[in-house]
Amino acid sequence: MAVKDRIPPIERDPQKRAKDFFEVSLGYDEERAVLEAQRCLQCSIPTCVKGCPVGIDIPGFIKQIAQKNFEEAYKILKDYNSLPAVCGRVCPQEIQCEGACILNKAGKPISIGNLERFAADWASKNNVEDEIQIDKNQNKKIAVIGSGPSGLTTSAELAKKGYTVDLFEVFHTPGGVLVYGIPEFRLPKDIVKKEVSFLEKLGVNIILNIPVGFAIHPQEILENYDAVFIGVGAGTPKFMNIDGTELNGVYSANEFLTRINLMKAYKFPQTDTPIKFAKKVVVIGGGNTAMDAARSALRLGAEVTIVYRRSENEMPARKEEIHHAKEEGVKFLTLTQPVRYIGRNGKLIAIECVKMKLGEPDESGRRKPIPIEGSNFIIETELAIEAIGTQSNKFLLSQFKGLELNKWGYIKADEFGRTSIPKVFAGGDIVTGAATVILAMGAGKKAAYAIDQFLK
Amino acid sequence: MKKLKTSNLIVEKKKLAYGIHMFWIENELVANNAKAGQFVIFRIHENGERIPLTIAGVKDGTFRVIVKAVGKSTYELCRFEKGDKIIDIVGPLGQPSEIKNYGNVLVIGGGVGIATIIPIVKELKNHRNRVDVILAARNKDYFVLEEEFKEVDNLYFVTNDGSRGMKGYAHEMMEKLLKKKKYDISWAIGPSLMMKACSEVAKKYDLKIWVSLNAIMVDGTGMCGGCRVRISDELKYTCVDGPEFDGRLVDWESFNTRLIQYKEEEKLALEKYLEKVGEPTWL
Repeated sequence: MAVKDRIPPIERDPQKRAKDFFEVSLGYDEERAVLEAQRCLQCSIPTCVKGCPVGIDIPGFIKQIAQKNFEEAYKILKDYNSLPAVCGRVCPQEIQCEGACILNKAGKPISIGNLERFAADWASKNNVEDEIQIDKNQNKKIAVIGSGPSGLTTSAELAKKGYTVDLFEVFHTPGGVLVYGIPEFRLPKDIVKKEVSFLEKLGVNIILNIPVGFAIHPQEILENYDAVFIGVGAGTPKFMNIDGTELNGVYSANEFLTRINLMKAYKFPQTDTPIKFAKKVVVIGGGNTAMDAARSALRLGAEVTIVYRRSENEMPARKEEIHHAKEEGVKFLTLTQPVRYIGRNGKLIAIECVKMKLGEPDESGRRKPIPIEGSNFIIETELAIEAIGTQSNKFLLSQFKGLELNKWGYIKADEFGRTSIPKVFAGGDIVTGAATVILAMGAGKKAAYAIDQFLK
Repeated sequence: MKKLKTSNLIVEKKKLAYGIHMFWIENELVANNAKAGQFVIFRIHENGERIPLTIAGVKDGTFRVIVKAVGKSTYELCRFEKGDKIIDIVGPLGQPSEIKNYGNVLVIGGGVGIATIIPIVKELKNHRNRVDVILAARNKDYFVLEEEFKEVDNLYFVTNDGSRGMKGYAHEMMEKLLKKKKYDISWAIGPSLMMKACSEVAKKYDLKIWVSLNAIMVDGTGMCGGCRVRISDELKYTCVDGPEFDGRLVDWESFNTRLIQYKEEEKLALEKYLEKVGEPTWL
């Protein structure tokens, strides 16, 4: 049987979508979803499942879509994953489930992410009620710190097992990077809200505006709960710390994106949080955060250039995001490194950069960029956004007595999130350093399993 | 854990001077954990921005903030009355002031900073320091909460117009005192220009001076770096490393420039708001 090509999702026109914050991809309609689902070979030993950090029964839900049992497909998904509408949208499927699909050998893999998204969106549109199955009353209490993907997953899994879960979040909205980091045009916030409300149905007690470490001492949490899960992410931005970092017009991507996504600064002055506007914007970095910042700046009306010190091949961003950014008109300047910000009256007016060449691979396996002497040049710009990575929040961690950290300042934890303190578990970016939403969810799921084992 | 009352209900409101309002708010989490020098972040409604405010006292599960109306959000906040609720309050945040027994301490409060030095002065007195305080304001009507400075050893007043105490500026009074008396440490909290001027005097007299930096913040928890400031060539985050720093080490020029980075936007937001509500008679 010949392998048919995968069915593309419906996407909005790049020129139109680059002017607003509405979702870029419209996903599949029923007809497309069924056609794509029918391409699945229904492997008896499915490799795709191994590629999924939460081990979704992928052939199972796809089979239901192929047979037009959309509600059944959704229910299978929800058994494994509390946030399918989120994951279908933001997982890097090409290196996970889809990367492991057997069809890669003969052509294009099944579009698992789009099918997952379709089933979740269909269920939402058709008001499918979630079945809430809570095992038994455990009479034990668990504190989860941080409501990002790992904390949400751990909370949901433990609530299903009948534990009392208090989920502490420092922001006024739960979701972590799903609400402050990933823009509306990739992940509409109404979808996050809806998926988070599922946790409340499970009985998870979400407590907002709590800075653990400041308002509640970790010791108090340790004394009052039977187990603790730390999922606070790697939210502290790094700066290159070159000359002029404090100039007006230089943002961290975290600040830029938080203003836009969480505070809705793109609607200023209808909303109260302002954001600087500039005709020309330079985004520094090559990861997904850089793409999100660049595409957000574009939507505010700027001409945007991404400056990256390696070549496009080494960019850690998803290929799809690079492609979307290019379609929308983001320019790429690779093998380039900023060395100094230039200001006038405290405002950024230009960036001095140097050209780079690639040397031998470094410890990360990527070829090391080396500056080319004398190749310095100036880019005029009023706004620069640094998206060069994040680090751990050391303040909170230092307050957990006896909590071992690795040399990068992240929590030392095993595969199941067990830390050096018996009742403390951890997962997501605070263990691995900045990674993906689904890896954090996978970590949350494993930690929930380990917490359950620990408490039994 | 014990269930805490965090209703964010305004239990008391009082106008202290034109554009300066005091609020007592029910939030046991903040009240029970706040230490001198810390702050909270407010979001006053669904479309609101996040604004930092210094905690100016705690009492029976409530805490106090003193708000000076300077832009849209603070104008709006000053319109809140007893019985209203603030939708989001997060705190306490920031590192507490380093309070211990130093000996002779000089504390300077300027403008709305007069209210925010109260918890620091109280703590310093609790640690048996001899505390001299300079209160500086535009004119005599702005010495808010003056009665709370009763326990201090010497209290000096400075007004820009000479309507009470010395005519001039806080740093001038500071220098006058430093000429005749030796202090072991000092604090200066108020407008950034005042803190800068006091820091220069402190440098001249080789006196350590804590200032509380009122940087622009978004999250207030170290996640965005918007409040970054250069402290003797190191980049620090005001919200988690501060807000108090040794004023002699602060890069005041860039700090002051960063403070006005949204000047046009702030002006626009206030204009739009005033168009909607008319004369701000409540200020």
